[in-house]
Amino acid sequence: MMRLYDYVLSPSCYKVRLMAALAGVSLELRPVDFHPGAEHRGPELLSLNPAGSLPILVDGDLVLTESSAILVYLAGKAASQWLGRASPVDAAREQQWLSFSSRLTTSLGSARLHEMLLRPGDIGALQAAGIAALRELEAGLVEQRLQGRAFLVANAPTVADIACFPYVALAPDGGISLDPYPAIRLWSRALRALPGFIEMPGIHRLHELKPEPLLEPGVV
Amino acid sequence: MTDDTASAQAMTDEWYPVGLISQLDKTGRQTALMGEPIVVAHDADGQALVTGHNGRRLPVKLRYGHVWSSLGTPKKDIFAIPEADQPGRRFVDVGVVRVRCSPLRAVENFLDIAHFPFVHTDVLGAEPHTEVLNYTAEIRPDVDEVWATEVKFYQPQASKSASGGITTEYMYRVPAPTCSVLYKTCPPRPTEWDVITLFVQPLAEDLCDVWPWMALFDDETAMTDLIHFQQMIFLQDRSILENQVPRLLPLDPGMEIPTRADLTSIAYRRWLKRHNYTYGAQLVAR
Repeated sequence: MMRLYDYVLSPSCYKVRLMAALAGVSLELRPVDFHPGAEHRGPELLSLNPAGSLPILVDGDLVLTESSAILVYLAGKAASQWLGRASPVDAAREQQWLSFSSRLTTSLGSARLHEMLLRPGDIGALQAAGIAALRELEAGLVEQRLQGRAFLVANAPTVADIACFPYVALAPDGGISLDPYPAIRLWSRALRALPGFIEMPGIHRLHELKPEPLLEPGVV
Repeated sequence: MTDDTASAQAMTDEWYPVGLISQLDKTGRQTALMGEPIVVAHDADGQALVTGHNGRRLPVKLRYGHVWSSLGTPKKDIFAIPEADQPGRRFVDVGVVRVRCSPLRAVENFLDIAHFPFVHTDVLGAEPHTEVLNYTAEIRPDVDEVWATEVKFYQPQASKSASGGITTEYMYRVPAPTCSVLYKTCPPRPTEWDVITLFVQPLAEDLCDVWPWMALFDDETAMTDLIHFQQMIFLQDRSILENQVPRLLPLDPGMEIPTRADLTSIAYRRWLKRHNYTYGAQLVAR
């Protein structure tokens, strides 16, 4: 079984858990004491990943330490419909958003770590960079909607959506409101409604909606 | 003494957690206590040292894995947790989490069980088991603490060591204005209680650092798993706490309509008011 070096509060680790759940892949979780223990900076984990970051995915001899690469690997192995490979444009769009997702990590993610776990940083600059990235994502999603596509690459979700979703959904943890971004909220809702969706602290599941009263069986 | 200074003094003279003993270093943790910048470090001899404004030395105690300090002159020792001296327990430093909320709201949320099925879904609660059964809440005059007892709730996964759903019993205790101790059914040892605490460091009236700590009977679960379980639970609360309105805890009964499930909260607010523990509270409905 693939082994994920995991931290329950890490949005990047959650990307991997979420993709695995959506793709129906079982993972062996190896919890890492990121906070307060800083185990990711200890010798055992640094020998696996010199960057000192999480997640780390180990599958046999293969060691992956970049979350986007891990998402592509999981989808490629078990759910290839999650790869935007229908056309050169789709493939390029997917790469575009996968790369873009690292900007979310360094802005929204760092703001969140600063506000929540007291990590150092210039909070004003981090929040400003986060808001700039959210506006770009909002504009991208609006463009997609105008073309009849609900997700970042196509009208079905891809690894690019999973790569961007967690840090965006947790932006309020870093003191950044999502109120100004209706397209992002619709997109977030569409992702949370996917069969097999799992949550993490700060990202709540959708409440199950009661059926429309007039559509209930026996009521005409 | 005016009411304002009385209320300022009441909480100033209390002990507050300001850091983990295990993370003391020479450089020090730059933090704050009720608006005053403080530094928590150890000196050349390894003794814990808490320094306030203009380098004044603040009182220091080391207890329950944490460094405790006060801006004033505490009249009492830190409250006792006898279980902390019981052999066989494992002590878990869960680590700090900052929350943009009133320190009193952080404690009040910890005392509430009605939110379990909705915020800690499938862990501490689940629909349709949402009813809070009758329980007892009181201010105990002999110890001057808030206690809630005979609290029972159905939990799908009560703790890391629980396998499957159980009806969990709880007792809550508030021995200090920003600290609460929870006693909870201990799945591996039914005759004992697990102890889970919430120690809250008030940074400002609407900002706090929260230091959960546990004393458990659990020889099986890895320490990291115990830490992650509690962090997961607390982070599910955090986003709710940051969105509570008004930001300060209302002590004016005109503001809200409590239900029977809120007995502990009502006793807590009454006790805060009685002692002038109002840092982080709102006295008059606005």
